[in-house]
Amino acid sequence: MAEWRLLLKTLFARRVVLIALVLLALMLLMAAISQWVLPHDPMAMKVSQRLRAPNWNHWSGTDELGRDITSRIFYGARYSLAIGAGTALLAAFFGTLLGLLAGFFKHLDAPLMRCVDAMMAFPDILLGIALVSILGASPTNVVLALTIVYTPRVARVVRASTLVIRELPYVEAARAVGVSTPRLLSVHILPNLMSPILVQLSFIFAYALLAEAGLSFLGVGVGAEIPTWGTMVAASTQYADRAFWTLFFPGMAIVLTALSLQILGDGVRDLLDPRLKGMQ
Amino acid sequence: MSRMSWGILGRTLLGRLGGMLAVLSLVSVLVFLLTRLAAGDPMAMLLGDQASLADIALARERYGLDQPLLAQFVLWLGEVLKGNLGQSIFLQTPVTQVLLDRAEPTAWLAIFSVSLAMLIGVPCGIASAVWRGRWIDQCVSTLAMLGASMPSFWMGLLVIQLLAVGAGWFPVSGYGEPGAGWLTRLHHLLLPSLVLGTLNSALIIRFTRASMLDILGEDYIRTARSKGLTESTVVLKHALRNALVPILTVLGLTLALMIGGAVVTETVFNLPGLGNLVVRAVLRRDYPVIQGALLVIAGIYVIINFTIDVLYVFVDPRVRHG
Repeated sequence: MAEWRLLLKTLFARRVVLIALVLLALMLLMAAISQWVLPHDPMAMKVSQRLRAPNWNHWSGTDELGRDITSRIFYGARYSLAIGAGTALLAAFFGTLLGLLAGFFKHLDAPLMRCVDAMMAFPDILLGIALVSILGASPTNVVLALTIVYTPRVARVVRASTLVIRELPYVEAARAVGVSTPRLLSVHILPNLMSPILVQLSFIFAYALLAEAGLSFLGVGVGAEIPTWGTMVAASTQYADRAFWTLFFPGMAIVLTALSLQILGDGVRDLLDPRLKGMQ
Repeated sequence: MSRMSWGILGRTLLGRLGGMLAVLSLVSVLVFLLTRLAAGDPMAMLLGDQASLADIALARERYGLDQPLLAQFVLWLGEVLKGNLGQSIFLQTPVTQVLLDRAEPTAWLAIFSVSLAMLIGVPCGIASAVWRGRWIDQCVSTLAMLGASMPSFWMGLLVIQLLAVGAGWFPVSGYGEPGAGWLTRLHHLLLPSLVLGTLNSALIIRFTRASMLDILGEDYIRTARSKGLTESTVVLKHALRNALVPILTVLGLTLALMIGGAVVTETVFNLPGLGNLVVRAVLRRDYPVIQGALLVIAGIYVIINFTIDVLYVFVDPRVRHG
C-alpha cells in the first residue's frame, strides 16, 4: 500500500499529469456510458436545427444535418478511443515480441532490424493510406493498418532496452543456474522492459488517434457514416466558414485527448526511469 | 589521419552502404508486395468493363502477370532500375513523368517547413535547456507537446479559416494559375509551410533540449565556465557546436515527417504536390502511381538518412575512430 501511495504521489507531483489523467478518465467514462446519458441522440437529424451556433441546448452547436455536436463527440469517442487503444495494444504486443527476439538473439538482430528500418522508411500516414486502400475502409482495417505502421517503432525501442538488459549480471546469473531461454525472456527480462513499453503504449495511443483522424479526413479511414472525431472534422470543411464550431470542437477533442496521453506517457517515463527525464 | 583510422573509416562506410542497400531492397520488396496484395486484377481495371476474359489473359501475359511472383518481381525491379515506374492507369502518362511534374511544390514545401521548424526548434530547445525547470522550459515543453498533439489537417483548416477566409491575407488553396510567377507561388506556399513547420518543430525542440542538457553537463563546459568566459559564449560557442551533431540526425527524421505531413497538408491546401497525388491515386486505385510514389518517397528517406549517417562519421571523430 505504502509503495503504491508513493508511486502515485510521485506521478502526480506534476499537477498536469493529474489533470491529464482526469481528462482521459472522463473521456473514457463518457465514451462508455454515452449510450444512456447523452443530452441528444447523436444520430438524430433535425433539419430545422441545422448549423446552429453553440447555445444552452446544444453546447457545441449542431452540424449540417442538425445533429448535436457534443453528443456526437462523446459518441464518436468510442470509435476514436477504441481504434487508438486497439492499435496501441496490438503494436505493443507485436513490437515487444520482435524487439525481444532481435535484442536477445544476435543472429536475428540484423535481419529483423533491417526489416524494421525498411518499414520505417515509409511516412506513417502514407503507409497507413496505402494499407487501408488495400485492405478496404473499415474500423478493423484501420486498426490493422496502423498496427503494421507502429509495430516497428515499438520493436526498435524494445530492442534497444533488451540489448542493455541482456548484459546485466543478474541475467548472466540466471543463465548460469540453468534458467531456460523462454523463461529467461518472459520472467526475467520482460518485466524490466515494462517502463519503455508503457511509455510507448501511451504515445502510440496518441499517434494512432491522430493517424486515424488523418486517414478519415483523407477519406480512406473508417468510412464517412461512422462518427469518429476525424470524420466529423472532415465533414465540417464545407461549412467551416459559416459554422466554425463544426470544425473547432471535434478537433479540440482530438487535441486534448492526444495531449493528455502524451503528458501521461511523459509522467510515466519520469516516474519509472528518472534518468530519461525530458528525453524523447 | 593514420592509415589505421582510414581503414576503420573505410570499413564503417562500407558497412553503412551495405546496410542502406539492404534496406533499399527490402523497401522495394515491400512496395512490390503491397500493391500485388491489393484486391482486384490490375489488368481488368486497366482494360475497363468491355474487356473480355481473353483480352485480360493476353494483357496479363504481355505484362508478365502470368509468371511466378519472384519472376514478376525481378522483371519489375529491372524496369525500376532503368527508371521506368510503369504507366499511370488514370492519367495515361508514365509514372516517372507524373512524379516529376508534382515534385516541385512538395520540395519547396519541405524546404520551407524544415527551415521554419529549425528556426523555431533550435532556439527554443536551447532556451529550454539553459533555463531548465524554469517557467520558460515549462512553456516550451508544453507548446512542443501541444504541437505533437495537433492534427496537421485541423491546424491547416483553422489557419485557412482565420488567416485566409477571415483576414484574407493568404490564398485559400492551390498553387496559383499554371505558369504563375514565383511570388504568387511563394504566397500560396506560406500557409502550408507555416502549419507543417510549426507542428514539426516539436521534435526538434525536444531533441535540441536533450542534446544541450547532455553537453551542458560535460567537464569541458565547466572548464570553459571556470576560465571566466561569459555564459553566452559558453552556451552558444562551446556547447552548441557539439549539441548540433545529434540534431543532424533529427533533421533526417523531420524530413520524413515532412513528407508524411505533406500528404495531409497538401490535401488541405490543395497544393498539386506528391502528397496530393498519392491521396488521389489511392482514391482512384491507380496502383502504378501509388507504387511509384511509395518507392520514391521511401527511397529518398533511406538515402537522406544514409547521407546523414556518413556526415556523422566525418563530423564526429568518435564514430570515425570506432
